[in-house]
Amino acid sequence: MRIESHPILEFKRGNALKFIFDGQEMVGYEGETIAAALHANGVKILSHSLKEGRPRGFYCAIGNCSSCLMKVNGTPNVRVCTEPLKDGMVVETQHGKGVIK
Amino acid sequence: MIKTDVAIIGGGPAGLSAAIAAADMGAHVTLVDRNQELGGQLLKQTHMFFGSREEYASTRGFDIANILKEELKKRNVDVLLNTTVVGYYKDDGVWGMEHGEDKFVKLKAKKTVVATGAMERHLLFPNNDLPGIYGAGAVQTLMNQYGVVPGKRVLMVGAGNIGLIVSYQLLQAGVEVAAIIDAAPTIGGYLVHASKVRRQGVPIMTSYTVKKAYGNGVLEGATIVKVDNRFQPIPGTEMDMDIDTMCIAVGLNPLVELLWQAGCEMRYIPQLGGHVPVKDENYETTVEGIYVAGDAAEIEEATSAMVEGRIAGLNAAYTMGFDNGHYCDEREKAIKRLQDLRSGPVGVKISNGLLKLAEEAV
Repeated sequence: MRIESHPILEFKRGNALKFIFDGQEMVGYEGETIAAALHANGVKILSHSLKEGRPRGFYCAIGNCSSCLMKVNGTPNVRVCTEPLKDGMVVETQHGKGVIK
Repeated sequence: MIKTDVAIIGGGPAGLSAAIAAADMGAHVTLVDRNQELGGQLLKQTHMFFGSREEYASTRGFDIANILKEELKKRNVDVLLNTTVVGYYKDDGVWGMEHGEDKFVKLKAKKTVVATGAMERHLLFPNNDLPGIYGAGAVQTLMNQYGVVPGKRVLMVGAGNIGLIVSYQLLQAGVEVAAIIDAAPTIGGYLVHASKVRRQGVPIMTSYTVKKAYGNGVLEGATIVKVDNRFQPIPGTEMDMDIDTMCIAVGLNPLVELLWQAGCEMRYIPQLGGHVPVKDENYETTVEGIYVAGDAAEIEEATSAMVEGRIAGLNAAYTMGFDNGHYCDEREKAIKRLQDLRSGPVGVKISNGLLKLAEEAV
């Protein structure tokens, strides 16, 4: 959910951007990260643990903890908490460690 | 390969201050940051800082970032954004960096200030990996930088300053804070921050910890439990919390991977946040030419980080022969300033930690 009014901050959102998450079209804004856009669209599960397949969301949101690795435009292991959202991006849930092309 | 006099790794309060100080002395400075924007964690700080005028007291964190960025712009400093320092070639004194998505760049600097900051700790309890359980700083980033709320109802774990401040910011964003809990018997943060959330009706429950979290795929609730004076759960005191978000605010660990790799001597000092580098009064580590500043040196706060950055930046430049004539004054002023910041009751923990570090370093 997005904050519409705030006592201190004013959110100047950039242009609306369309992106695809696991085949579903979603809208985010220029200037935000993929994780922020997904969260605003109600997506909290970003990855799964390697051994047990347990669902994982982001934890640190600043690119440290690797809890949010996803496949973006075909590239695996992208830290979506720091990766800026771009128009037309294809974001996918990653299964396993990913394969380097 | 990029060549520079002083490389600064990390563009938060410490790194920005180090870059400004080193540039003022006359050194050529290259500032590297992995983010898209300079400012580090100041960018998400909406509260006003304490301290003195020199370190921008009564100014909100994101405004301090803007002031420092403006100051930086007035100086001839090379800034590399979206660039992550990933390693150090010890024999050649070269930093390896990932620039953008797939470019590897090398940086050779005569001196380096490592100002990489910190990362949030986690707590051990069953299901602590459920999506919906976030570091308090992560929630700050989501809310204050991107304008997205983490959920509807939050349990804050940790009643230190971060826990209290982020709770207040959650309220400002229109999110309900069910409670703030802390395993310690007393509130760790400043009274002024605690009073602000209490006035809004948020209970602060000391001597409570998380027993478990639960939920199908995402967080749906948690059980908290009272602990005795040895931090052992007291049976029969469990309480269920109906929440969709949990924030963990139980402290930070210094981000010191690069310092380990560079071969800096490290010590484990709990009061300073974990493993920290041994350093001298000029903030130089045991590896000549590698300085440290801010949370990477010890977990403190942004005001002292700025002063430390200044000390490290001044010395990195001066030891190469750069001096605009004010080195001695500036250095003395900054060291004095740091002593003042740590002189009050709030500085006791840090001062004890630094004392321990100095003792163990011998």
